[in-house]
Amino acid sequence: MSRGRRLGGRLSWKEATEGRLFALPFALGFLLWWAYPMGYSIYLTVQDWDLITPPKFAGLENFAKLLADPQVALSLSNTAFYTFLGVPIHLVVALALALALNVSLRGVAFYRTVFYLPSITPVVASAVVWTQIFHPEFGMLNAFLGLFGVPPVKWLFEPAIAKPAFIFMTTWTVGPQVVIFLAGLQAVPETLHEAAQIDGATIWQRFRLITLPMLSPIMFFNLVVGIIGSFQVFTSAFVMTAGGPQNATLFTVLYLYRNGFEYFKMGYAAVLAWMLFFIIVFFTIVQFRLASRWVYYEGSKH
Amino acid sequence: MAELAVNEVGRGREKTALWPQTLSGRRLLGHGALHLALVAAGITFLVPFFWVVSTSFKLPGKVFTYPIKWIPDPFMESNYPDMLRLVEIAGRPGMLVFAQNTMIIAVLATLGTLVSCAFVAYSFARLRWPERDLAFSACLATMMLPGVVTLVPTFLIFRDLHWLDTLLPLIVPPWFGINGFYVFLMRQSFLGLPYELEEAARVDGASSLRILWQIMMPLSGPTVATVAIFSFLHHYNDFMGPMIYLSSNRNYTLSLGLYMVQGRYGTNWPMVMAASTVVILPPLIVFFLAQRYFIRGIQLSGIAGR
Repeated sequence: MSRGRRLGGRLSWKEATEGRLFALPFALGFLLWWAYPMGYSIYLTVQDWDLITPPKFAGLENFAKLLADPQVALSLSNTAFYTFLGVPIHLVVALALALALNVSLRGVAFYRTVFYLPSITPVVASAVVWTQIFHPEFGMLNAFLGLFGVPPVKWLFEPAIAKPAFIFMTTWTVGPQVVIFLAGLQAVPETLHEAAQIDGATIWQRFRLITLPMLSPIMFFNLVVGIIGSFQVFTSAFVMTAGGPQNATLFTVLYLYRNGFEYFKMGYAAVLAWMLFFIIVFFTIVQFRLASRWVYYEGSKH
Repeated sequence: MAELAVNEVGRGREKTALWPQTLSGRRLLGHGALHLALVAAGITFLVPFFWVVSTSFKLPGKVFTYPIKWIPDPFMESNYPDMLRLVEIAGRPGMLVFAQNTMIIAVLATLGTLVSCAFVAYSFARLRWPERDLAFSACLATMMLPGVVTLVPTFLIFRDLHWLDTLLPLIVPPWFGINGFYVFLMRQSFLGLPYELEEAARVDGASSLRILWQIMMPLSGPTVATVAIFSFLHHYNDFMGPMIYLSSNRNYTLSLGLYMVQGRYGTNWPMVMAASTVVILPPLIVFFLAQRYFIRGIQLSGIAGR
C-alpha cells in the first residue's frame, strides 16, 4: 500500500495513536475471546474439575485417559468417515451443479436461489425436518423409494447407514459452494476455451486442462473450509440422533460437549478440544503444503 | 451431468461470437437433458420445504397416508395458533417469547459487528501504525482457527462473570470486531475507495471518526449490507451458543425452542412442522429481500480464499 503522503512527522504520531485506538476493539477481543481462553484451556488440560469442588491438579491424567478411552477413537473415526467421504461428495455435487448452471443460462438466478435456500435454513429446523424425512415407517424418503419397490430403510436407526444418511442430508446444503464455483467458472476467460477448440481439444481435455486448473484456487478454498467445518459437526447429530444408533454418529464435538456440559469434566473436555484442534490444524497445513502441486494461481510462475 | 455441462463451459454465454453455430441435434439433446437434470435437482432441493409446509396444515391423524397427499384435507390452519401456545411462558405464547429473544440477540449482535468491524477495518485499511500488519495477520488467522478449542474456557469466563442464562454471552462478543472475515470484507471495501475523497475531507478538517462514518461507511453500502445479513443470519441460526449459555425457557431462542418442541411433542408432526415453518420463514424473507448481497457475499468468501 503505497500512498504518496503525508503532512510531516507530527501527524504520524497522531495517526499511530488513532490507528491503535480504532483497532482497540479487535485487540481486546483477540485477548478476551482467543488468547485468554486458549491459555485457560491449556491450564484446564492438567486439572480435574467438575465445577462443584475446586479444581485439583491432575498432572497428565486427562491425557492418559484420552489414550485409554475407546469413545475417543470411535468418535474420531466417525468424524473422519463423515469428513473424508462427505466433503469430496459435496464438492463433486456442487461442481456438477455449478457446471450445469454455467451452461444452461435460462433461469440461472432461479436455480441459484433454489439451491441456496437449504443452506439458510436454521440447522435445528433442517435437523428436525430431516428426522421426519428419514423416519423408517412414515418418512418421505422411504415413501419415495417405495415407488421403485425399494424396501423401507431404517436410515438413522441403522448403525451402518446413519453416517451415509448424514452425508446425504448435508448434500442438501451445498448451495454456498455452488455459488462460489459458479463465480469461479464465470471468471474463466472464454478465449482460453476458444483457442483450445481451434487446436482441436475435446470437451474432456478442455475441462481437465482449462476449467479445472482455473478453478483450482476455488476448489482449494472449498476443500479447506469444508474440512474445517466438517470436523466440527455437532448440531445435526445432537438433534437428530444424539450420537446413536450404537454411537455410530458420536462425532468428536458431540463427545466433547457431553464431557464438558453434561458430565462436567472440564479438564477432559479441554484435552479433547486440543486434540481436535491439532488434528484440524494438521490437515489444514497438509492441504496448504500439497496446494502447490495442484492449485494453479494465475500470474504465479508455474 | 458433469460431462454434459463441460460441453459448453465458457461458450454458452456468447454463442454467436466466433462460432455462429446453429444448435445441432446432439447439442439440442444435450441441452434438453441438462435442463431435465436441473429441474430434477431443483425439485429435490425444494421438496423438503413443500413437505414441511404441507404437513404443518394437516390433521395429526392424516400425516401418514400413502401416497403423500400434498394438499391437506382438512386444511388445519388452526395448527399455527395452537403451536404458538404449545409452550406458555408467564402467560405469553412461548414461540413469541423465543422470537423476541432471538431478535434481541440477532439485532444487537449484528449492530455490534458492524460498528466494531468498521472501526477495526478502517484502522487496518487507512491508518498507519507500527503493529498494524501483525494485528491484521492475527485477524486473518482467526478465520482459520477451529473455534472448538475456546468452547469450554469461554463458558467458564461467562460463568465467572455471572452471565450464564442471560443473553449477554451471545450479544457482547460481536462488539469486539473479532470476526476476521467481516473485518476483511470491510477493509477490502475501504481500500477500494479513492484516497482523494479522504484527503479532501481532512483538508476541510474532518476527523478520522467523521471520515469513517460519513464517507467510508455510506460509500461501502453493499459490503455493509453483506456483512449485516451474514451476521444476522449467523446469530439467528446459532444453536450451540444458546444451548450452552441459556437454561430457562424464558431466555430461549427460536432454535432452542424448536428443539424443545421436537423433544416434547415429537409425535405430533403437524405441530413440529408448524414450528419449523415459523422458524425457517424469517431467514427466507431476509434472503429474498437481499438476494444480490447474499450472492455477492458468498462469492466474496470464495475470492477471499485465493
